[in-house]
Amino acid sequence: MLKLLSALIVFGAWEIGGRIPVSYAFPTFIDSMAALARMTFDGSIFVAYAETLQPLVVGVLISAVVGIGLGLWIGLSKGFEWLFSPIFVVMQAAPLAALIPILVMVYGIGLTSKVFVVCIMAMPVIVLNTASAVRNTPASLKEMATSFLARDRDVLLKIILPAASPVIFSGLRLGVSAGFIGAILSELKITPTGVGDIITYSRSIADYPSMYAAIFSIILLAVIFLNLLEKLENVLFEGNNRGYAAD
Amino acid sequence: MQPIKSDTRRAVTETDSAVSVRNVSKVYGDVQALKDLSLEFPRGELTSLLGPSGCGKTTLLKIIAGLLEPTSGQIEVNGAKVTGPGPDRSFVFQDFALLPWASVIRNVAFGLELRGVAKSEREAIAEKYIREVGLAGFEKKFPHQLSGGMRQRVGLARALSVNAQVLLLDEPFSAVDEQTRRKFQEDLLELVKTEKKTFIFVTHSIEEAVYVSDQIAILLPRPSRVSEIIRPSSFRDKSVDNIRRDPEYLDIVDRIWASLRSYVE
Repeated sequence: MLKLLSALIVFGAWEIGGRIPVSYAFPTFIDSMAALARMTFDGSIFVAYAETLQPLVVGVLISAVVGIGLGLWIGLSKGFEWLFSPIFVVMQAAPLAALIPILVMVYGIGLTSKVFVVCIMAMPVIVLNTASAVRNTPASLKEMATSFLARDRDVLLKIILPAASPVIFSGLRLGVSAGFIGAILSELKITPTGVGDIITYSRSIADYPSMYAAIFSIILLAVIFLNLLEKLENVLFEGNNRGYAAD
Repeated sequence: MQPIKSDTRRAVTETDSAVSVRNVSKVYGDVQALKDLSLEFPRGELTSLLGPSGCGKTTLLKIIAGLLEPTSGQIEVNGAKVTGPGPDRSFVFQDFALLPWASVIRNVAFGLELRGVAKSEREAIAEKYIREVGLAGFEKKFPHQLSGGMRQRVGLARALSVNAQVLLLDEPFSAVDEQTRRKFQEDLLELVKTEKKTFIFVTHSIEEAVYVSDQIAILLPRPSRVSEIIRPSSFRDKSVDNIRRDPEYLDIVDRIWASLRSYVE
């Protein structure tokens, strides 16, 4: 209910802002939705997403698998933090737009560069969250498992992973959102394809409703995706949504 | 009749130790935590390790558990040298150490789960011990839904369910309130009688140690050593309501306080 109300307030403000108008380049909510409906019916939005989803899905999958793997490794080994953590801190802080020309020079303007952009955006937060979650596993739980004859594999699968899962998943959520930004950024900066093409093209012909419709659709998709991720977390680690004992 | 009975029990237990600690020393960096400590734990009895804080009682318990390695000396459980955690010992933790994401029944069955016991079998065993510690009906609850006392009952049931002959309890009641604690102490006496296991119990409460123990080892700090072993004889077989007013109980409490007083800052 409250979510619905908050959506109504935001869309209402958008509509009013568009009617004043705040700027000639700011369409109303209704115009934007009409443009979105038109693109949906003529199919152009699906064609665009078929293009955009490729680097996005591939990049997010690579970031999740490699990121969680690397994060586990960094978190478990005591010696490697100094070597890897700075790399990901730098990656997280780097101004990506400035790095894109270098990526294009090395990997060209195809899918590889775009996947790279998505990975650079998504991976650091996943790695850093996973590593710190693993390192902060309560020592008493590990000791308990050891005293009940757990092997190293049991400690990892039955203690460390479940204990770290809430923070790993919050890293995944942040990483996936960053990946969405990366996918659009790569389409704006490298070659205009897919949704990035709709945004660039409609802006160039001053069709602002279409431009905002495209932006709106990508946000909508991201929200849906993040909700699915939360569902996945609740299925995999059903204890996580039950809260934690304070002591 | 009473003194004779306890004398015969002593004669039997002195030759039959479940756990033997032989000349154990433990050094952390330049701190000597335990020095040349030897102690016998009679089978089927409850032995308390009692001493001021910093006397190394928890360190000794974790060495017996196999969670820490002694710098020198050795531990024997039923004649076998301890090299790490084993199926013959189970541990009850001061902070409970329950899995917050797992239900009561999974927590209790966790030791068996790690041993590869099939799910239906281990849950049947877990249910039995959940009933035994008085938590029937709470099987599907999660730790954060339980009070501190109930959480420690889960910890106790988990330790019992793996059926180890030796139970190691590290200040198990220090995080629960006074009334729960008294109930726990009564239940523990009952448990020692019915389970026929060897209990090693770390505590810093003199009254608690005297109340529940067949044998009390007083540890003195820096470096830790056994200063005295006390075996209460006359009130052990009395009912739980009469122990605290038994003259011997009161004498022992006073005697222990007299010897510990000077070590408390």
